[in-house]
Amino acid sequence: MKRSRLPAVTLVLVMVFFYLPIIILVVNSFNEHKYGSAWSGFTLEWYVHLWKDADIWHALRNSLLVASVSTVVSTVLGTVAAYALDRVHGKLQKFHNGLIYMPLVMPDLLMGMSLLLFFVAVGFKLGLASICVAHITFCISYVAMVVLARLQDFDFSMMEAAYDLGANSWTATTRVLLPALAPGIAAGALLAFTLSIDDFVITFFVAGPGSNTLPVVIYSMMKHSRFMPVINALSTLLLVVTFVAVGSSQLINNKKGTDLP
Amino acid sequence: MSGFLEFEGITKSFGDLKALDHVSLSIRQGEIFSLLGPSGCGKTTLLRICAGFETPDSGRVLLDGKDITDLPPNRRKVNTIFQNYALFPNMTLRENIAFGLQIAKVPKKEIAERVEAMLQLVQLEYHAHKRPHQISGGQKQRVAIARALINRPQVLLLDEPLAALDLKLRQRMLVELDGIHDEVGTTFVYVTHDQSEAMGLSDRIAVLNRGVVEQVGTSTEIYEAPRSSFTAAFIGDTNFFNGRVCEIIDNEYCLIEIEGIEPRLRFFNDKNLRANVRVDVSVRPEKFSMDRNPPVPSLKHNTLRGIVEDIIYLGSHSKCWVRINDEYLISVTSQHSRFLLDRKPILWNEEVWISWHADDGYMLERYDENDEALLALPSDTDLIEEPAAVDDVEAE
Repeated sequence: MKRSRLPAVTLVLVMVFFYLPIIILVVNSFNEHKYGSAWSGFTLEWYVHLWKDADIWHALRNSLLVASVSTVVSTVLGTVAAYALDRVHGKLQKFHNGLIYMPLVMPDLLMGMSLLLFFVAVGFKLGLASICVAHITFCISYVAMVVLARLQDFDFSMMEAAYDLGANSWTATTRVLLPALAPGIAAGALLAFTLSIDDFVITFFVAGPGSNTLPVVIYSMMKHSRFMPVINALSTLLLVVTFVAVGSSQLINNKKGTDLP
Repeated sequence: MSGFLEFEGITKSFGDLKALDHVSLSIRQGEIFSLLGPSGCGKTTLLRICAGFETPDSGRVLLDGKDITDLPPNRRKVNTIFQNYALFPNMTLRENIAFGLQIAKVPKKEIAERVEAMLQLVQLEYHAHKRPHQISGGQKQRVAIARALINRPQVLLLDEPLAALDLKLRQRMLVELDGIHDEVGTTFVYVTHDQSEAMGLSDRIAVLNRGVVEQVGTSTEIYEAPRSSFTAAFIGDTNFFNGRVCEIIDNEYCLIEIEGIEPRLRFFNDKNLRANVRVDVSVRPEKFSMDRNPPVPSLKHNTLRGIVEDIIYLGSHSKCWVRINDEYLISVTSQHSRFLLDRKPILWNEEVWISWHADDGYMLERYDENDEALLALPSDTDLIEEPAAVDDVEAE
């Protein structure tokens, strides 16, 4: 019987569709030609430009700052929210669940606009702080969802066992509950960081003058200066960082895996 | 009352459901005391009240003379073995066992020594470095025991600890639990719905039904002298009859007239009933002897004639249902130690005589016809699932 070629063809098409643009981007970041329409020679000039571009470094610093703050805050709040959703069984439980789900399904555009209106209405100064608040708002939902999934698998008789063995709530929580939830909390934090660092739409609305994050700066560079090669170089660097991060996390996970029988 | 662990008038409701209704029990120091009953009878609630996870609506719990009703779980010298063991998955077995002592801030050297001793007691020395997901159910069970006992509790609570194990392992763990109890001498309170576990392990048993204590006693008392139809039907199998006392003989025995049964039946009158009183009586299936020839008449024996309607072979014995006068279906256990040598085993639809000694029938104080549902009737399809081993323990 002849084997169908369809799977192989599909695979190749999907790979091309996914990765060809990225490859073009990487190649163009080394292309001497300013508009990337043709190959005119290898150069590292764009990386030098990038290195000297104070705006980009400023934006990157902003992005990292915002992502770090909103990750920490939303992880703590999201975990607490998940715990409350799982353990407290009030009349408004369904309503609370819906509230937490909302930002997940709400269009970013709507969220950005409403946050902007809110900040203006209460007289909150637009800047890094407002971006942080906005990011925390939507990150909480993601963290809560991830931690909640983990909590639902947690057997609370383990907490009772800890109390039974003499632990108070603090010890039981730190020594039994949190270690069990740790993978969920870590995954939630990672998700929050990722979402925060590449959020564009919401940030675009609530960013004030001089508080631009990396995605916003890249957007304005494309729109106004059209200095594409530097953006290509920046994207390539981000790509490398992402690959290293994902690869090392895989490595760590695999190492842990060898513990198992 | 002067028990070591006392429950005084414990009442607990969950919404409209009354889980426990004025339960009073007195448990002696060093005994294995079982709370036995079907699911929903309140036995686990009582255990959780003892551990401190629930607070009773009214009533008190006294441990060694001190009122512990309002103490939180972490301040009671009581430890629990949970049904699913609730071992901490992020710790090794050694860390699991040491947990209680670490919380109590026992010096490190002492912790190490006591953990080692516990590991030896439960025979897990070679697995101490493993984590809970790497060991078997029986081993988890032993870790849970060690983790609880290392704190030297005054009372050890066991919440259906063997429910998650298979039959053979359950029997072995039962023996091990007994051995551990002999070694440490701690008071055990053991919750189970399995009558064979309770009877095999306990010094005394409290039978619970719908939040009420039906009877407290040793295994033998509960089995041989059940006070209520519930106890009689829940523990082992039995046959119920309702009749009227019609004659007292020698102040010791009485003749009971049962509608549809000829002749009148002789029972031991331990309740000192007078004539013309209605009474419910019960006779266990293994008390009957069955033969196809009429037995030699005897004053102290009752004899009935019937037709064998059904026989179920269960290995160690067979269960027969004998129809009397087209009305009563009586469950009879027939031992067959020489099954293959019996030239003519009794078969279906044969006419047989069943007889039993007057002392083997028992008068009940309370009868509830719902309890008949607890008896396995031949129409029940789940009869075959009943393990023969259960009946072995009952027969003790």
